[in-house]
Amino acid sequence: MALAAPIEQAIDWEVPEEQIGLWQDAWRRFRRNRLALLGAVLVTLLVLIAFLAPLLVHLGIIIDPIRQQVENIEVGPGVAGHPLGTDELGRDTLSRLMYGSRISLSVGILVQGIILPIGLAIGLLAGYFGGRVDNLLMRFTDIWYAFPDLLFVLVLVSVFGPSLLSIFGAIALVNWVNLARLVRGQVLSLKEKEFIEAARSSGSPPLKLILKHLLPNSLGPIIVTLTFGIPQAIFLEAALSFLGVGIQPPTPTWGQMVNDGYEAIYANPTSVVFPALAIGFTLLAFSFIGDGLRDALDPRMRR
Amino acid sequence: MAVIAGRPKGGALLPARLSALSSSRGGSLTIFIIRRLLWMIPVVFFVILITFFLMHLAPGSPWDRTGGRQLSAAVTHNLDIKYGLDKPEYQQFFIYLGNIFHFDFGLSYQYENKTVTSLIGEGWPYTATLGGLAFLLFVPVGIGLGVLAALRQNTRVDYVTMGFATLAASFPNFVVGALMVVVFSVLMSKWTQHAFFLPSADFGLDDHLIMPVITLALLPIAYTARLTRASTLDTIRQDFIRTAWAKGLSERLVVVKHVLKNSLIPVVTTLGPTFAILVTGSVIVETVFNIPGIGRAFVVAVTSRDYPMILGTTVLFSVVIAIANLIVDVAYVFIDPRVRLS
Repeated sequence: MALAAPIEQAIDWEVPEEQIGLWQDAWRRFRRNRLALLGAVLVTLLVLIAFLAPLLVHLGIIIDPIRQQVENIEVGPGVAGHPLGTDELGRDTLSRLMYGSRISLSVGILVQGIILPIGLAIGLLAGYFGGRVDNLLMRFTDIWYAFPDLLFVLVLVSVFGPSLLSIFGAIALVNWVNLARLVRGQVLSLKEKEFIEAARSSGSPPLKLILKHLLPNSLGPIIVTLTFGIPQAIFLEAALSFLGVGIQPPTPTWGQMVNDGYEAIYANPTSVVFPALAIGFTLLAFSFIGDGLRDALDPRMRR
Repeated sequence: MAVIAGRPKGGALLPARLSALSSSRGGSLTIFIIRRLLWMIPVVFFVILITFFLMHLAPGSPWDRTGGRQLSAAVTHNLDIKYGLDKPEYQQFFIYLGNIFHFDFGLSYQYENKTVTSLIGEGWPYTATLGGLAFLLFVPVGIGLGVLAALRQNTRVDYVTMGFATLAASFPNFVVGALMVVVFSVLMSKWTQHAFFLPSADFGLDDHLIMPVITLALLPIAYTARLTRASTLDTIRQDFIRTAWAKGLSERLVVVKHVLKNSLIPVVTTLGPTFAILVTGSVIVETVFNIPGIGRAFVVAVTSRDYPMILGTTVLFSVVIAIANLIVDVAYVFIDPRVRLS
């Protein structure tokens, strides 16, 4: 009896007052990552700009992005009421940049919206039921990976024309494979875990097993993959626009602005610098967020 | 994977292909190489199949004109015969497949009486030089930076190197290229005398190559540096490295003989996928720098819907990438003695 006493004292049975869930814990870790926060701030700013741009034009604070001022062609920053100068048609660079963010953000986010259901469904099917679906998916990805992304998107867009739908579709089409493979891998490794076995042996139907156990447990990596998919999609759209097969003028896009500015690089170098930096920093911001989310959601993945 | 543009693909496929157990390495190596070679056939076949039918799925015929007078039925019929479009599509496909074996990729729609093969032949030296130099640049620089960062982990050297790698991985190459032209050819033109690049000039295989090669190599450098750093960090924490230090070997010897030998294995496996980045990159870099290579020819073909040219270049690119992956897979077997072949 005398021996047991010190042991009992040593164990601290007190339960922490506040239970921390996975998401709170992740948020806490994310917040501590300064670069990720910086990325989040930049992206928030960008979203605000994208939403407010039409309003600002309406209020007359910024100039209409497709209004041409022939008397102010390729002027530098700060000239004639153009804070960032104008392009080769005398259109205001600042407002075109702000409008361009609308295209970039919608491509980045909408494409993930298309990818999510497709990648999820196929990945879950392949991972859970295995067999022929799985085999087909894996052989398919082998072939898929022989096609470089950009080339395939270029081919698709040249076939289906440079419409908004075909561009979004083409970018989604080359990117869903990554998600499907990831989900498959997650499901395959989770399937062997004891809690899944327990759920199965207690009679859970497959659908419930997938929705209640497999899906929530692979949510972290899925979110990370989708986040990294955003800059990937933005890059592809910008590259298409730069090559002249993207969204057609007069809709301003950043890639197109780099291309336009590049043609007039001697007259006004800033008209290529601003959109170029906008693309670069947007991609950087999203990859910071992606890195932060990966570290926050799955500490084991941290290098 | 913290990767933005054209992430290296296929690297993850490798272990699965190389797993399983076997005792006799020598005999199975030949079988392995043959099997890998044979696996290329369906991959390339499907790439051709998909691209071919995509091209033929395209709405309208190549003889349609936007605006103006349309060609008469007799003329389009003759054109169809000339370009072999009068036969059923599956037949066209098999004719095309057969022709590929003697490097006949058909006639270009865009230039009168020029074959795709001759167009590719004209562009090839430029693309190969550009890609080859970029390869020679990115392998040592990427590995060097990665090893340096790992050996000086959490010092300023590490932060600067990895910061650079992050920037290089995020900024697309057309952005980097355009910005480099602004800085070196426009703003600094007084000093450089347009030595590096003059956007309107004819392209020569001389010092004009400096900027395109750097632009093309930047993304692979970033990947390789990150990967090398990660794998070097893994290696230097292992017991045998501690032993090497403990028995008093010099840093040089530890790094070269013990660390590098092991940490470079995963780097080698990604060289194949990274090669794909070079191919994709050449499309953009050649456009930015006005280089008359295959990459730019591909973009021109895409914008002018020159389907035989698009098809020919796509097939070529995918074959090149498949061969690069094959070489890397085979090299991997020689480099890593732990690999067993099934």
